[in-house]
Amino acid sequence: MTGARGQALSWKVADGVVELALHREPCNEIGSQTLDELEKFISALEDSEGGAHALIIHSDVKSGFCAGADLRELYRRSQAISKEAAVKGVREYLGRIHRVMNAIDASPLTTIAAVHGVTFGGGLELALVCDLIIADKMARFCFPELRLGLIPGFGGIPRLKRDLGNAVVRDLLLTGRSFNTTKAQQIGMVSQVVGEGEALRAARATAAQLGKFDRATAAAAKKFIKPIPYEELQQEIDIFCELFTRPAVEEGLKRFVESTDAQPYLP
Amino acid sequence: MGITTSNQTLDEILALAAAHFKVPREKLTADDDFFKTLGIDSLQALDLLTKLEHHFHVELPDYELQGVSDFRTLASRIQARL
Repeated sequence: MTGARGQALSWKVADGVVELALHREPCNEIGSQTLDELEKFISALEDSEGGAHALIIHSDVKSGFCAGADLRELYRRSQAISKEAAVKGVREYLGRIHRVMNAIDASPLTTIAAVHGVTFGGGLELALVCDLIIADKMARFCFPELRLGLIPGFGGIPRLKRDLGNAVVRDLLLTGRSFNTTKAQQIGMVSQVVGEGEALRAARATAAQLGKFDRATAAAAKKFIKPIPYEELQQEIDIFCELFTRPAVEEGLKRFVESTDAQPYLP
Repeated sequence: MGITTSNQTLDEILALAAAHFKVPREKLTADDDFFKTLGIDSLQALDLLTKLEHHFHVELPDYELQGVSDFRTLASRIQARL
């Protein structure tokens, strides 16, 4: 793995650290283009894991780490086909994104999400697959899916439940409120909070430290303490697809897509 | 430690908003619509919310701020959590 630059993301390797940078405006929304490129990245990552010890995922976009799934694309595509075909397409898309997320989650590399700004929905779920989250103090997190009549679909609930308490998951999921880094660190979701613009630097410093440890030991420790909740992840896909057939979802997506706000992230 | 008054909270919000969005402090008044006066969108409003939470050491659920667009009401919401 040497590196590559796509339309939505790029990656490079230096000193045993793989850096995956998201760079799709306005806020790295994950649609088909990003998914295609993530799959290529995963394939390249798996081919070369022996030569690296850490992976950092970060964003080059000013507005934030990632605003989640590309809801405009989802709405546009689902409008052009039958309901049945739309649900089938969503299931396929979720299956693909879950394979990407599971691959990062289970990677023998130690993985770090360096986040800033908007880290919402699928963006938060992408951060949650990483072993460590290092956050710029202005980062903001949210599971906004319930306002669309859906649940998070990229594995967020099983992973948050694995890593934190069930009460915390209920609070964040059922209220859909956004929260800051103080709260995120308080609940144990974020491991380090750093000054504005410092997340990537701090992640690189952490990755350099990780390079001092024996890789086999670090990988064994990770495998021991971080099981992948495959059964619950599959249940999540099933529940998401069931909910997706309801009229409330179409209404929620329509409301979002037709919003005149340039950044309709707030509830 | 003294008790933070509502006026004091309001003054601190106005000063913080002016500094963060690089607007002269004297141009901001309590009843201004901050979206219009500061010329900000919802993403920048989210930034302001984060700044205010850090400054006042409070948590402000965004659903409590739905429909709030003036500094005075914002101050009262923050005051209620101090």
